[in-house]
Amino acid sequence: MTALIESKLSPDTAILNEVCKAGDPWSGIVKKGQIFRILDLEGNQAVDTLFYNADNPEERYSTSDTVQRQGKVYLTTGSVLYSNEGRAMMTIVADTCGRHDTLGGACSAESNTVRYDLAKRPMHSCRDSFMHAIQNSPCVHDRDMSKRDITANINFFMNVPVSENGALTFADGISGPGKYVEMRAEMDILVLISNCPQLNNPCNGYNPTPVQLLIWNSN
Amino acid sequence: MKSLKSDQILWEEKVPGGCHWSGLMRRGSALRFTDLQGGANVALMLFNAEDKLERYNMSDTLKAQHTAFFTTGNVCYSDMGRVMASVIGDDVGWHDAMCGLSDAALIERKYGKTHYQEQRNEMYRNAKDGILVEMGKHGLGKRDLMPNLNLFSKVTANEVGELHYQVGHSKAGNSVDIRFDMNVLVVLSTAPHPLDPATKYAPADVLLTAWHAGIAGDDDVCRQHCEQNQRGFINTTRYYAN
Repeated sequence: MTALIESKLSPDTAILNEVCKAGDPWSGIVKKGQIFRILDLEGNQAVDTLFYNADNPEERYSTSDTVQRQGKVYLTTGSVLYSNEGRAMMTIVADTCGRHDTLGGACSAESNTVRYDLAKRPMHSCRDSFMHAIQNSPCVHDRDMSKRDITANINFFMNVPVSENGALTFADGISGPGKYVEMRAEMDILVLISNCPQLNNPCNGYNPTPVQLLIWNSN
Repeated sequence: MKSLKSDQILWEEKVPGGCHWSGLMRRGSALRFTDLQGGANVALMLFNAEDKLERYNMSDTLKAQHTAFFTTGNVCYSDMGRVMASVIGDDVGWHDAMCGLSDAALIERKYGKTHYQEQRNEMYRNAKDGILVEMGKHGLGKRDLMPNLNLFSKVTANEVGELHYQVGHSKAGNSVDIRFDMNVLVVLSTAPHPLDPATKYAPADVLLTAWHAGIAGDDDVCRQHCEQNQRGFINTTRYYAN
């Protein structure tokens, strides 16, 4: 495991400090040079996150470009999050959790029918939160975004180990109350989050909880 | 790999190394991909031909089957919980699902610069541009490009997640059979895998053999692979109910 890196920034100087409730979506703009922190308030909470170039959302976070360029499947301090155009969007500058998932994607009503039971379709899901944000969040809706734009996301605080023989498991979280990940924006970024409502696996400790979002100006 | 009977074969087409191709494969048909020189890579994207908003979803596929790679028994899920395609035969043993596409900058950095004006059709091509060219022919663009499959390539992750590309994994003559369980728009490129350490640009040619496989039966190897796949096939069957 990579060494955990703490941040020197104090919440007192943040220009944005909001709580995203359990199971809700959140969206916002992080300007180039600003620092964005996601804080796991109660622990073991998967935060499904997508990044877009705020000026041109056709450019967006790309899992495969990121994994391929860093030659590594997990994210932590030092990881650069690349776009589908191969440009740096975010750089992780602090991380007290140590490992974040690139492969697991977002839950949906449809995939819940496959993974758990055909009768699980009515349960709330990240896909539903993303769809709600597309119709209702001004900074997403105003950019004329649709389901086409919902690509493979990052799961901050989620632990999805890949073994050398290629097995993929959803393990108990390695996050805990107060753990956070912090990143510097390398371009103006639209952030779209689903604070995961999944109740069928350990990614949220079977109890989805709120997370805190903070932004600081560059110093 | 079992040999195909001549009356099962629908058509054959060779895709030269580095080139790109797209086409409609109907429910119950299959493609046999054959690596003609060894070390081939086929970057593959799948769309529901009738509703192209529905597409292959890497994450839903891997987590439903608790796997980070593909071989016989594995299926490709769409984002709508349906089985789009199934690996029904494979003598390669591992196909990469994590590493994405080579792009123009990577190919130039690894193999040098070429131009159509000088090299004509011997120019070096990359997977991302090839896939996007084919997607464009069907009204699709960058917003529709999702994480893809890389047939014939093996990349493992160690304990800390570092990736290792296995050289010499696929041999000349190796093949993999993919059955289409929906009407699928197939888009592919035979350009090099992004982590292939080869210093010379020499992507292998790939033979496509389309054949009639029929829709998945009750004892199908992919349907019986895990309970998740049984539910996925139910979702696909319901989509075609009338």
